[in-house]
Amino acid sequence: MNPQTLQTLAQPNRLDIVELLYKGPRSVNDIVDRLHLNQPQVSKHLRILADAGIVEVEPLAQQRFYRLKPQPFKALDGWLEKYRQMWNGKFDKLDTVLKKEMKKRK
Amino acid sequence: MSKHETKVTAEPGKQEIWIEREFDAPRELVFKVTTDPEYIVQWWGPKEYTTTIDKADIKSGGQWRFIHHANGQDFGFHGVYHEVLSPERVIDTFEWEGLPEKGHVILETSRYEELPEGRTKLKIQQVFQSVQDRDGMIASGQKKGMEESYERMDEILAKIK
Repeated sequence: MNPQTLQTLAQPNRLDIVELLYKGPRSVNDIVDRLHLNQPQVSKHLRILADAGIVEVEPLAQQRFYRLKPQPFKALDGWLEKYRQMWNGKFDKLDTVLKKEMKKRK
Repeated sequence: MSKHETKVTAEPGKQEIWIEREFDAPRELVFKVTTDPEYIVQWWGPKEYTTTIDKADIKSGGQWRFIHHANGQDFGFHGVYHEVLSPERVIDTFEWEGLPEKGHVILETSRYEELPEGRTKLKIQQVFQSVQDRDGMIASGQKKGMEESYERMDEILAKIK
């Protein structure tokens, strides 16, 4: 997991942009309209997101479309998955203890 | 008993982690096995660890210290119980003694919710002192996982030899 991914996504406007792009690629103007931010702001955030490898640009006709790259999200998923597995292992053991106790009570 | 999924949520830039899991047992029993030292030793560590209890004064204001044992190494954890309210809520502090620096304490709140048909939902909120502390805790799990897979690889390599 690249810690830069999390730091980059920690900014609320950037997280909003990522959530919007999750639904599909969008142009800068489209992002500006939907999030009620000004264009320099959106362009700045898109540049930071691109630098972190989170989004990529696709030129289409006269416009530049931004879309999410899957890799950082896969890495993010794996990052949390280990912690989840650790808890899951504990809880599976807790299930066994509960099962034994339930039997005793019957 | 069906197997339930553990849900873990960590939003970017926040200092908290949420852990949720359902159990096919009534709330007072889930509360009992998670707050009674006799049962805690049976489940508290990850699967390859054994756990012993140094201190477990499980009441509001009481202290706790548990130790994990794995591969000849000991890992201590300790804290205090801020509130033990049977069968609905436990609030405690949690510090891992293996960190190079002391004072990185987590505030944990465990909520036990009654579900229909004698089931229970356990919701644990862990609040860290900083975003870095939280991300570091999650990353340490990953490191451990990697070490484990390396060890397993060593074993396989040894067999092939």
